[in-house]
Parts: sequence; C-alpha cells; structure tokens
Amino acid sequence: MNPFRKCPTTGLQVHRTADRLIKANAVAATVALLIGGIAAVLVLLTRWEVVLLLEAEMFYRMLTVHGMNMLIFFIIFFEMAVLYFASAVLLNARVPAGRLGWVAFVLMVLGTLMVEWTMWTGRADVLFTSYVPLRAHPLFYLGVILFAVGALTVVGHFFAIITIARREKAYEGSLPLVTYGALTAAAIAAVTLLHGAIIYIPTFLWSLDMMNVDPQVYRLVWWGLGHSSQQINVAAMVAIWYLLGALTVGAVVLNEKVSRTAFVLYVLFISMASAHHLLVDPGMGPSWKVWNTSYFMYMAVLASMIHGFTVPAGTELGMRLRGAAQGLFGWLKRAPWGDPGFSSLAFSIVVFGFVGGITGVTFGTEQINIIAHNTLRIPGHFHATVVSGTAMAFMGITYYVIPLIFRREIAFYRLAKIQPYLFAAGMLVFSMAMTFAGTFGVPRRHWDIGFSQALFRPEFSPAVNLIMGVMAVGGLVAIAGGAIYIVVTVTSVFFGRRMAADDSGLGATGRGLPPGITSPPRPLVPEDAEALKPSGRLGPVPGTMVLVFIFLVAFITYYFVNWMLLSFLWEVG
Amino acid sequence: MYRTGIEPPERVWWKKVGRHEKVWVWIAFAWCMVLFAMMPIWHLRGGQNPSGIRHRVDPADFQARVLEFVQEYQVGTDNGFPLVEPPPGGDVYLQASQFAWVPVVRLRQGAEYTLHLSSLDVNHGFSLYPLNINFQVVPGYDYGLRIVPNEPGEFHVMCNEFCGIGHHLMVGKIIVEPADAVADAEGGDR
Repeated sequence: MNPFRKCPTTGLQVHRTADRLIKANAVAATVALLIGGIAAVLVLLTRWEVVLLLEAEMFYRMLTVHGMNMLIFFIIFFEMAVLYFASAVLLNARVPAGRLGWVAFVLMVLGTLMVEWTMWTGRADVLFTSYVPLRAHPLFYLGVILFAVGALTVVGHFFAIITIARREKAYEGSLPLVTYGALTAAAIAAVTLLHGAIIYIPTFLWSLDMMNVDPQVYRLVWWGLGHSSQQINVAAMVAIWYLLGALTVGAVVLNEKVSRTAFVLYVLFISMASAHHLLVDPGMGPSWKVWNTSYFMYMAVLASMIHGFTVPAGTELGMRLRGAAQGLFGWLKRAPWGDPGFSSLAFSIVVFGFVGGITGVTFGTEQINIIAHNTLRIPGHFHATVVSGTAMAFMGITYYVIPLIFRREIAFYRLAKIQPYLFAAGMLVFSMAMTFAGTFGVPRRHWDIGFSQALFRPEFSPAVNLIMGVMAVGGLVAIAGGAIYIVVTVTSVFFGRRMAADDSGLGATGRGLPPGITSPPRPLVPEDAEALKPSGRLGPVPGTMVLVFIFLVAFITYYFVNWMLLSFLWEVG
Repeated sequence: MYRTGIEPPERVWWKKVGRHEKVWVWIAFAWCMVLFAMMPIWHLRGGQNPSGIRHRVDPADFQARVLEFVQEYQVGTDNGFPLVEPPPGGDVYLQASQFAWVPVVRLRQGAEYTLHLSSLDVNHGFSLYPLNINFQVVPGYDYGLRIVPNEPGEFHVMCNEFCGIGHHLMVGKIIVEPADAVADAEGGDR
C-alpha cells in the first residue's frame, strides 16, 4: 500500500503513519479532557459555597486530578498531535521512525496511568504543583518522568521529520509560518521538559528517601517546567491561530519577518518564566525578581502584542483582498461566524488578549504580585489564557482535523456551531468573576472560605458570595460547552459519516462540515492586491488598528489601577 | 503577493515591514519599557515592595526564636493562642505550621516592625485579610518584612498555599491598636 494518501481537500500528501499518530494522540487528549472535565464539575460545585459538594479531602484530590489532566495530559497529548500535523502533514513529509512514535506514545500513556492511579487512590493529594516537602507516592513522580520522556521523544521526532523533509525537498522555499511556530513550541518544549527531568528525578529519589530537595530550589526549578510549559501552549496556540485563519478565511501573513521574530522572542527568554511564581518568595532578591519576571524587559510580552496584531490583521487583510473591504469592520460582519473554527479563533484571541494577557502581565509585576499571589486572581488569569485561549483554539482546530485527518463528517454539526459561543462566554464570565473575587483576597485552592471549622473566622463581604455565584454559573456554562465538544468529537470520530475518498459532491453532501472545507477561501491572485486601494490614514488594516488601540487603552488602565490599589496598603518591604 | 501561514514562503522572507505594522511594534515596545521601568521606580518611590531581609534558617532555630519572642512579650491569650505585643520598632515572629499561625500579635498603628515569616514543615501562604497582602512562606527561609500598619482593626492571616488536608483551618490573627488610643493609655499609666 502507498504509505501516503492524497488529501482531496488540500492536495497535501499525508503520510499514513502521521495520520495514525495524530489520531492516537488526539484521542488520548480527549480522554484526559473528559477526566479533567469531570473533576472540574466537582471542584466548581465545591467552591460554590451554596453547594459545597465534596468533603475537604476529596476536594483537594479532585483539584489535583483536574490540574494534572488538563494542564499536563490533555494539553500535551494534543500538542503532540499538533507537532505531527504541523510537520508531516503540512510539509508533505514522511514520518521517519513510526515505531519510535509509538514507543513514545506508549510511554506517555503508561506515565499517565501511573499518575492517575496514585491520584485516584489518594496517594498523591499534593495538587498539581506537588511542592516539596508535601509527599506523594513515588509512582506519581515516576509517572510524570515517563510522560516527559515520551513527550521529549516526540519533540525529537518532530525535529527529525522537519530535517528529513527539508533534505528530501518535500516542500519548496521556507517552512510555512504555522510549522515555524510549531517549531518554536517544540524548542520551548525541549527546554521545559528538561526542567521537568531536572526537578522530578531528584524529587522521585527524595520520595524514596534517597536524597534531599530544598523547598525553594524545588519551586524555582519546578516553575521552570510549570510556567515555561504554558509558553509551549502559547506558541502552539498562536501557530494554530495562523492555521485557523488560513483554513477558515484565507488569512494572510502581513510580514513573515515580524511574525517569525515574535515567535523567536518566545524561545529566547523562556527559562525566566519561573520568576512569575517566586515574586513574593524569600529565596530571591529584588533585582533577580525584576529582571526575570520581565523576561528580559518584557520581550515575550512584546511578542504576544505583535501576534495580537498580526493575526487579526492577517485575517482582515485576507478578507479585504477577497472583497470584504467595506468600512472599518465590514470584514468582521462578513466573517463566517457560523464556522466553529472561525468563532473559536476569534474568541480565543479576544479572551486570551483582553483577559488573560492583561491580567497576567499585571500580576507578574514584582510589587503588584503582593495583591495577587495565590488568590483567585491567579486561576482567573490562567483560565483566560490556557483554557479560553489555548484550549479554545485547540477545540476550533478539531473541527478541521476531524474531516481532514479522520475523514469523517462532524456529528451534531448544529451543536458544534454553538459550542464555541457557549464555551467562550462561560469561560469569560468564569475567569473574570474569579479575578474579581481574588481582589477581595479570596484564596485559590481552598476548600471552604466560610471557615466553618476554623478557630478564627474571617468573614468575606456578601459581594464575594455573589461573585462566587456568578463564577459558578459561568463555569457551568463553560462545562456544558466542553461537554458538547467531547460528545461531538467522540461521536464524529467513531460513528460519524465517512467522507468520500475524493471530495466529489462535497458542497451538496457536506452538511456536517465547516465552510472552510466545503467552500475553501479562493486562492489569491496578484490582481487582488492591486484592486485593494490603500485606504486612509489607518493603513491597509484599519479595523485591526482600531482594535489594538482599544486593547492598549484597556491594558494601560488595568495596569495602573492595580498600582493604585497597591499604594493604599500598609507600607511593606 | 500575500501567502497564508500554511504555504511555504520563498527562501528569503526577510522583507521590509509595512509602515502601520511597524508603528504598532514600536508602540508595543515603548509600552514594554514602561512596564519594565515601573518596578525599579516603585522600589525607589513606592511603599510596597517584596524585598525584605532574607536568610536561610533551620526550622528548629526559628521555632526557638518564636518561643523566645512569645515568652518575652506575651500579654494574654486569644482563643488558646498566646497574644503577644512586641515594642514598636522591634521584630515580630510569626510561625506557620500545619495548621496554625503562632502567635496572635498586637501591633500599634503607624509603628514600624520587622515581621519574620517562616514555616516548620511545608510551604504555607501568608494572606492578610481583608487587606489582601500575600507572601510565600517557605520552610528553611526567614522572610523579614518591614511593615507599617496604617489602620487599626482586627486582621486575619489566612493560609493561601495548599499545605495539607487541614489547609482551610489555618487562620491566624493580627490586631492593630489605633495610634491615639495607645498614646492615651500610656499617658494614663504615667
């Protein structure tokens, strides 16, 4: 059998091994998402004081399960699929070591099972961060190590696929931007997973009483894994933004140099990310904190602000070139809002930027961290980045991966169309309510802020109860969106209608397919650029110019309001 | 000629940047410099910095210091915990352990103290409610923070770093006496 199949939609040569590896990793990711999602419901309904569903011990256990499954297993399995897709599929390339790919996959599954077993049997009630000297069962640490080794192997495999594709001239010219972005994600993953090895191997030995681990050093190196891995998510997410833009509306790249330099900025300062979690720690001094938390003078923030411009600008220009050139926002009006891929893209950018990005930079400021550290503001921030941003983008691309790779139509397509709306709206309310509750000092990772069993009982203002109620409602809506995603993808993949070997008659039969598949954006011709008259003082992408300035004003306002809140406090230092 | 992000561009993609894109990059860069400058500026001009005096400390030694502190300045008990009133300008020791903050301290509004935080066992989180001042408490490290309580009242210390099954029980207390009330009481004594 020919090891390649020709994709009738895109014309790409797809290596069948890549197909299978993508499928396996995507399925594993979805299983982890399901487990983490069930834990999410339980955790949410416990933090909502009105319900207080679980007992304390079970709450902390489920919080551990939620963190590990979402932030490690779901995200990284999905990213493995993204790496194979961005290399082998987009470059028409072969997967050189298929067997190695399977060994890596089995290692990752084995590691996952070990961790799941220790967590569910109450042998690892240490939460996601597992700060030493809180102690878990040795297999918990060993499981994470195996998982990391597997993931590191896939990263190496990815580099090999790209190298071989280049040598065998599978593509002409340079790497496409999406693959380039995935390449930076892979580079970050390599560094990050090494931090993981550096910290988890000693911790594994410590759990066997074979050596000592300093709690502060643990925090320093662990966050080299814990925060840097969020940078993998960011780089992978931005790569998917470009991918979704291309697939749904034919978004263009304004300037390859700018976008690629921005990706490189993510890689350069990655290990410094650890500092975001150590700003109010006793182990480091102020100059170390200022320098590191700023990622070398905010160059990674600069990178995100660049992508926050180039992705919507590319979308706008791509649509204007194809005729949607009316006014400032005619392109947004004409955009395919019924395409779950496009709506996911739009919501991912907006919530990631406006809520996740702004709060993250503000809380990551050395002094402002005093009024943010370990409060609900922190999970409020990262649910806006890693869930509304990364997971939303991953969900969006799934609606294209199912037809392109699994060759199935999307089941319950109507539900799939509203899924991004539910998920994004729910997560937006949820993360904003969390952030807001955190400004009242509500702690994260806390079973009962009613302090019903404590000797001293601080009382939160009634406003906090209301905000926590809003958070719960938002969370439940988001969980409904997540549940729809799982039902739709699992049904499509296992029971969905198979697509014809060729795409003949797709427009007629493709009711369960996003418009980017049934009627892909037409290829551009040089005349398009000539037809588009350069408009006004706002340049070729006036709508985006307006949007990014609204963003900047919001950013500046939120940032300085936080300095003001800080200045009211006791003098401390 | 524009391309999408999934099409390979020509070998040399280092091309001139459009004017409007360049403007945004420079604005973003300038904003990043503001973000960076604010932290050193606040160290020079602002009142709230997490610098402190930082030392390694053996948990047993820290516990001994706390005990000494309590014996020297204890004025009563509160809810079973020793209530301690150190002199203004002095050191205050607050010990975190599963699942309590020891002791309860009484401070004076407007006076400066050095608040020493450390843990005897695992990581804990110092969270002063309702002010929302938060610091990490790490075993083996003494975090000495100069504080000036600027308002009277009863404040609670919540633990906001997960420290085990009784994490949510871990609440301590700091009382701040109004500056004038303290002055009056002292005047009466003389």
